[in-house]
Amino acid sequence: MDLSLDLLGNALVSGLLLGAFYAAVTIGVSISFGMLDIVNIAHPAFIVLGSYIAYIANSVLGVDPILASIIVLPAFYLLGMAIYHVYDVSFERRGDASIRGLAFFFGILFITEVALVLAFGVDYRLVEAPYIGPSLHLGVIDLPLRLLVPALVSLALIGALQLYMHHTFIGRAIQAVAQDPLALRLMAANPSKIKRIAFGLSIGSASIAGAILIIIQPVEPSIARDYIGRVFAICVMGGLGSFGGTVVAAMILGIVESLTATFYGPSWSPAVAFGFLLLTLALRPSGLFGRI
Amino acid sequence: MGDARASNAQPHHAPAASARVRGGPMGNTRFVAGLLVAAAATFGAARLVDNAYVFFAGYVVLQYIVLATAWNILGGYTGYVNFGTAAFFALGAYTTVALHKLVPLPLPVMMLAGGVISGAIGLGTGYLTLRLRGTFFSIATLAMAVVVQTLITNWSFVGGSRGAYIVRPEATPLFGLDYVQYLFLLMLGLSVIAVGVARAIEHSRLGYGFAAIRDDELAAEANGVPTLRLKLIATALSGGFMGMAGAPLPYYVTYLDPASGFSLSYAVNTIAMPLIGGTGSWLGPILGAVLLGTLQQVATVTISSALSLLLVGVLLVGFVVAAPRGIIGWFSR
Repeated sequence: MDLSLDLLGNALVSGLLLGAFYAAVTIGVSISFGMLDIVNIAHPAFIVLGSYIAYIANSVLGVDPILASIIVLPAFYLLGMAIYHVYDVSFERRGDASIRGLAFFFGILFITEVALVLAFGVDYRLVEAPYIGPSLHLGVIDLPLRLLVPALVSLALIGALQLYMHHTFIGRAIQAVAQDPLALRLMAANPSKIKRIAFGLSIGSASIAGAILIIIQPVEPSIARDYIGRVFAICVMGGLGSFGGTVVAAMILGIVESLTATFYGPSWSPAVAFGFLLLTLALRPSGLFGRI
Repeated sequence: MGDARASNAQPHHAPAASARVRGGPMGNTRFVAGLLVAAAATFGAARLVDNAYVFFAGYVVLQYIVLATAWNILGGYTGYVNFGTAAFFALGAYTTVALHKLVPLPLPVMMLAGGVISGAIGLGTGYLTLRLRGTFFSIATLAMAVVVQTLITNWSFVGGSRGAYIVRPEATPLFGLDYVQYLFLLMLGLSVIAVGVARAIEHSRLGYGFAAIRDDELAAEANGVPTLRLKLIATALSGGFMGMAGAPLPYYVTYLDPASGFSLSYAVNTIAMPLIGGTGSWLGPILGAVLLGTLQQVATVTISSALSLLLVGVLLVGFVVAAPRGIIGWFSR
């Protein structure tokens, strides 16, 4: 009994940490899908791209993966702006965002994955850093730094984005464009420009999420797909676009996945997120905390 | 109640329907005859070349004609994007694997069984998510693909993650054909049926309902089109054909594992083909499937399979950005 309580406690703690990491993976989609209504299913592919950049920086130059991701963040931001520009010109202005917009991002997801396979092969890659390996011990609870550091980075990232959204002019404009683009236009602001910045931020977050992903687990090109379901499950469950909701939903999913992996085996954990997503969509499409 | 609403909407569309069919470029009988002649010519030409590889490659192209046409029944006609082709397809294939171990039925019966299972799964997914915005349905199909793959991977009866070996029957049901030719012929027949059904839908009450949903779902609902029911019909039909297309796969490859059965390339190809050909009519998916399918067969042999997949992704993105109406759109201006 003692043993299984320990097991339960450890599963809960690692689930919480895992959930905090999932929040960083999801925050970009909370911006693009939740606030801008752009169904960027390619977001996890950009995260994996971020992982590979962290991997190169780490294995070739010996740079810390998180530091590397902060250095390349501006490049991701520009990439996001460029992609939004193409999307805007090709789909949103034609009023044809549904089928072709979805297919566009699906194509980008696929191209990124295949390009990574061509460049790096399908081997798992990992990084080296001083915090990968050791653990803190609090009584019977283990706190692996490999999970703790990403969780803290993730919460810092989300906190920074939250401050930005609420205390800067552009941030408030992004919230405004999420609610009513026409009203924003009447205030003499250009919705396309605001959305471009927001989408840049969304893809920028993928750089950091990618670095902490490769700290948590070895990465190969196709794992992006495992994250699509998680990311959208969390985003929908958190009530599209709410950062607080995203963090809570991510932690719930993290805990359930961790419990499933501990007590039933890790081969079932991909299905958990998707089961969650299907259930959320069927029962509460506005999310756990959504305004209806 | 749904019936009453549907028949209310009917009188507005019926005259247009019959007028278009009679006055259209091809009548129904001529269309069916043309389709059968094309199919017979395809088989005859393949026999004439008399090279096993032609049947091998041709089978894949035909399979993609079925998949692309099936996808287009939902995606092109109603505007709902299905990312879960691989799941429907693999469900059909795994139905065959399971049946092969339980009772050795003739392959056409197995195809029917695969179609029924995939159609039912399509109906279930649709029932859960089709009331919501279209994007949620698309995301749910992605989700469904992973759930089904996880279930199959953990189900050791059909081989689990190790995969399953299938021994082809010794005797071919039809005289004078080796087994690959038999599979080719089956897939040819299925593609004729799928294309025929797709075209029949286009000019039917069902098709006009689908088009109304695609153009403005709210207006359609307000005018008494039973949108949910029509969407469920489209999802079930589309999923069913995908399952039937997957059912012969185990006999074609003789070894099936979840990673190859659920490969993302099925989903990408199935979306790319109608969008490249043109989603408005039955001809678009065929054009896309023949062009892209042949291109990939050639590129896989001459360059590499990874590069040929990259080509599909690039073509998909290029076409949706630059040619929103597909190849058909170039000619119908």
